Amino acid sequence: MLEVVVKLALVAAAFALLPLLVGQAEHKVMAHMQGRLGPMYAGAFHGWAQLVADGVKFAQKEDVVPRDADRWVFKLAPGVALVPYLLVLLVIPVGPGGQVALDLGPGIFFALAVMGVGVIGAIMAGWASANKYSLLGGMRVAAQLMSYELPMVFAASSVAMAAGTLSLQGVVDEWRWYWLPWQAIGAVVFFVAGLAELRRPPFDMPVADSEIIFGPYTEYGGLRFALFLLAEYAGIVVLCGLTTVLFLGGWKGPFLDTELGWLWTLIKVGVLAFLVIWLRVSYPRMREDQLQKLAWAWLVPLSLAQLALTGVLKVAL
Amino acid sequence: MSGQEIVFALLGVVAVGAAILVVTTRNLVHAALWLVVSFGALAGGYLVLTAEFVAWVQVLIYVGAIVVLLLFGIMLTRAPIGESADLDSGNRWAAAAVAVATAAALVTVVVMGFRDERMPLRAGGGSAEELGAAVFRTWVLPFEVLSVLLLASLVGAIVLSRSDIRARPEAGAAADEEG
Repeated sequence: MLEVVVKLALVAAAFALLPLLVGQAEHKVMAHMQGRLGPMYAGAFHGWAQLVADGVKFAQKEDVVPRDADRWVFKLAPGVALVPYLLVLLVIPVGPGGQVALDLGPGIFFALAVMGVGVIGAIMAGWASANKYSLLGGMRVAAQLMSYELPMVFAASSVAMAAGTLSLQGVVDEWRWYWLPWQAIGAVVFFVAGLAELRRPPFDMPVADSEIIFGPYTEYGGLRFALFLLAEYAGIVVLCGLTTVLFLGGWKGPFLDTELGWLWTLIKVGVLAFLVIWLRVSYPRMREDQLQKLAWAWLVPLSLAQLALTGVLKVAL
Repeated sequence: MSGQEIVFALLGVVAVGAAILVVTTRNLVHAALWLVVSFGALAGGYLVLTAEFVAWVQVLIYVGAIVVLLLFGIMLTRAPIGESADLDSGNRWAAAAVAVATAAALVTVVVMGFRDERMPLRAGGGSAEELGAAVFRTWVLPFEVLSVLLLASLVGAIVLSRSDIRARPEAGAAADEEG
């Protein structure tokens, strides 16, 4: 009983802390990469307290609901967007020997299914705002999810086939170093499709601020808007965690797997999160038709090829 | 009643209640959102019956894909905030009668078929391994027949959606064109 409580507390702490760390890293990494200063005064050293100041600012803003909005759906949407990522965090193993809050049999399917639910929050927000730009954003969210869910599930299935299990813990147990080249295509497809599902740049057409203001989140302000932002960063943590566990061997490192497993996981997640930020800074936004073409003409065939490769090698070995 | 049965009954109430709201609400998007609740309760029902894999696939396919597709369709055509007066069809009573009759027939079949027979639930009875073994050993022929059916509908959808495939001209019409 105590073990469960401690695990849940740790997951809650990770959920509260890691997204903020990613957010802070994004501010500083982007500032360095683009040679701009950004806020440097709050808290003296490199403006470390700016994030806290932002949080206080969000919390004291007025809670505004547009007059024509569908009030219930409008208020519910940030929760629907955020809670699924908390649930996925429950099943991601960080270390060997049951260092996971909830060891589910079909863990891969649980993670993918629940992540898909989070997107409904953005669609609800887009519709309920009674704003044509929000509605356009909501539609783009839906279109993006429908095209990128398929390659993501295929890439994850390939790992499940290789490991012979649907359990996330089991996948890492089975993982060997040669899976890196073997599942490389799947890893890239999974990561890219995941980025698109999170609507991170360069896949941020749904929130394209220069043409549709801020897509589904246009009418949101204060704490509700902060919840959407938090959902985005929690999504990055979850995507990097899943990619680590499925494709990069989770807690397995060059030495001290059992003692330092959790540290290897955290390092890999951190490197992937850095990659996410790097991609945002490096690539311009893709157009809607380019987005769809990338999904259907590249990622789906590539993931099918990966599935075939996995199947052939699995039988041959 | 055991705790499991109570939870199962509650989930059933939620699923049926949400399903009724889907067809009675006058707000198109609310109907789609109530469908999410109904599917979610259904997935919960599968979970109680130890069919973990089916439950999560239900969420992945129905909530994550079908409802999103529905919402996309609604938003693409029209997405009015508030009530739509034209959602009620004149056939509502006939539709209600058909629905009640169908439900009654199904319930009767299940009750007649199983009476008070009880299946003990065992953990892992609905796991992916058991399901895979059943589908690809015992039920492989129906499974393959279903795949062919889905393939046929896929091909049909592609043919219907492609505007560059025209009907083959009749012999006479072709001669006219050449002339």
